[in-house]
Amino acid sequence: MAYVSLILGRVGKAVIVLLAILVFNFFLIHAAPGDPAAVMAGEAGATDQQFLDDLRERFGLDQPLPVQLWRYMSGVLQLDFGYSYRQQMPVLDLILDRLPATLLLTGAAFCISLLFGIIAGTLAAMRAKRPSGSIIMGLALLFYATPLYWVAMMAVLVFSVTLDWLPAYGYSTVGAGYTGLAHAGDVAVHLILPALTLGLFFMAVYTRMTRTSMLSVSQQDFVKTARAKGLAPGVIQRRHILRNALLPIITLAGLQAGQMVGGAVLTETVFAWPGIGRLMYEALMQRDYNLLLGIFFFCALLVILFNMLTDVIYRLADPRIKQGAT
Amino acid sequence: MNFFKRFAQNRGALVGLVILGLVVVLALLAPLLYPDSPWRMVQRPFLAPGEVSGFWLGTDVMGRDVAAGLAHGAWVSLLIGLISTVVALAIGVPLGALAGYFGGKIDDALMRFTEFFQTIPNFALAIVLVAIMEPSTFSIVLAIAIVSWPPVARLVRGEFLSIKHREYVEAARLVGQTHRDIIIKQILPNTLSPVIVLASLMVATAILLESSLSFLGLGDPDTMSWGYMIGAARTVMRQAWWLSVIPGVAILLTVLALNLVGEGLDDALNPQLARAR
Repeated sequence: MAYVSLILGRVGKAVIVLLAILVFNFFLIHAAPGDPAAVMAGEAGATDQQFLDDLRERFGLDQPLPVQLWRYMSGVLQLDFGYSYRQQMPVLDLILDRLPATLLLTGAAFCISLLFGIIAGTLAAMRAKRPSGSIIMGLALLFYATPLYWVAMMAVLVFSVTLDWLPAYGYSTVGAGYTGLAHAGDVAVHLILPALTLGLFFMAVYTRMTRTSMLSVSQQDFVKTARAKGLAPGVIQRRHILRNALLPIITLAGLQAGQMVGGAVLTETVFAWPGIGRLMYEALMQRDYNLLLGIFFFCALLVILFNMLTDVIYRLADPRIKQGAT
Repeated sequence: MNFFKRFAQNRGALVGLVILGLVVVLALLAPLLYPDSPWRMVQRPFLAPGEVSGFWLGTDVMGRDVAAGLAHGAWVSLLIGLISTVVALAIGVPLGALAGYFGGKIDDALMRFTEFFQTIPNFALAIVLVAIMEPSTFSIVLAIAIVSWPPVARLVRGEFLSIKHREYVEAARLVGQTHRDIIIKQILPNTLSPVIVLASLMVATAILLESSLSFLGLGDPDTMSWGYMIGAARTVMRQAWWLSVIPGVAILLTVLALNLVGEGLDDALNPQLARAR
């Protein structure tokens, strides 16, 4: 029962955050230069006054602000995120259409960065006083300081343009008509560069974090005890230090997952990956504010879902955290 | 051991300081070295580096001097990085101080507010803010500050929580100093060193954010920036790789240098926490 109330508490908190973002979104639309009707008319390519007035009436823009806010909120609660006049489609349809590609990309990048980050960080901690450890940390610092989009472009330059090993853009080979396994393989090949370049920065973050965490755990008393018992160093590293060092990394990973959705905007733009990040770039180019704010809302939604997921993983990984203790 | 000696013991930090110094000099000398606007078309487009003397880094798609863009871009990057960090500190430090000092309901409310901003994906929020406010140096600085203040608030709050019950603070309270004086004169100065370290890393992050925004076409249309140069070179990567490589290396070196300096400052200001290396 305590577990259920905990989940309910989390969900309640998430709902409040999402509602706050909606209010925020509403005021952003109103802060945009020109009122929303003018923006919409501009998007639809019309300029005459009659059309503007019609739009204002149709969308209730002649109503007082609180009424408009209420209409906007109740619209969203009925999954109505407005209409994109540029793309001639409801915003929700556009986003749902692109969402799977983004989930695939960020999911792959998340796994890659976490796996390799933890491995690299563990190695660096075990070799803290040797050159190989310093080399790993040097590389991590380098990737930490490199702009995401630039790494992506350089990867295209090297692996697609020069070596011709991997496709430079897109989600699958256009017109190849693969089905089943062949299609999955085709998508996987297209996924390699975007997922790797998106994951690289976060890998650097996890590497640094794992190393720091392991070094601080390795100075605790229970590790000394394990050493005194004569356990093999490898066993101590894996069973005693790494396990305990992983906990703060799981927490951090949840927070970073949100940043990954933001980073996907850059990666998807470079690789023409058909996800919501690329859609956000298109919305930017076309000043399509309805679409932009809809995507923004979904980004926040994804972050909250990621955070709740890591929360659950954290509880599974550390049984000491009793339900409802936080 | 004094501050400078401890800083100098970190060789990486010295290297960072030298690189950063060079970038600062380049930024300051930009108006002297390249008095013309970096947007002016001065030669044939797509000149490779060194192909024509006087244009040692070549020209871009429009025939603009890449070296001039690099120098003026250095100024823009550093300026936006610095100012937006100062603005973020101006938001985060007071909020963190109030939350940590007063605790209770004020703390709860302020931390909820901070958490809200931490939940929203940074970069997406920055994009939306700049797009809605129209791209300009002002809107970019404001957007970067809005997405980067929460860690400052949390850090300052933590410091205040740990310091506010120290004896000298109790003593100040006992002699009847006002809350304002205790916060500003007694506690705040003692939180400075971790804030300085965080600020140096924030400048680096701000420069990355600015470059990412201008890469997406959200830069100030009046100023030349490194991110814009890379964005403009994206479509011609096959013909002219150097157009994207050169400004990218500039960003990389600057951000790397700031990170190294930040680590050095950390060593120098918090010697008791000297990291295992």
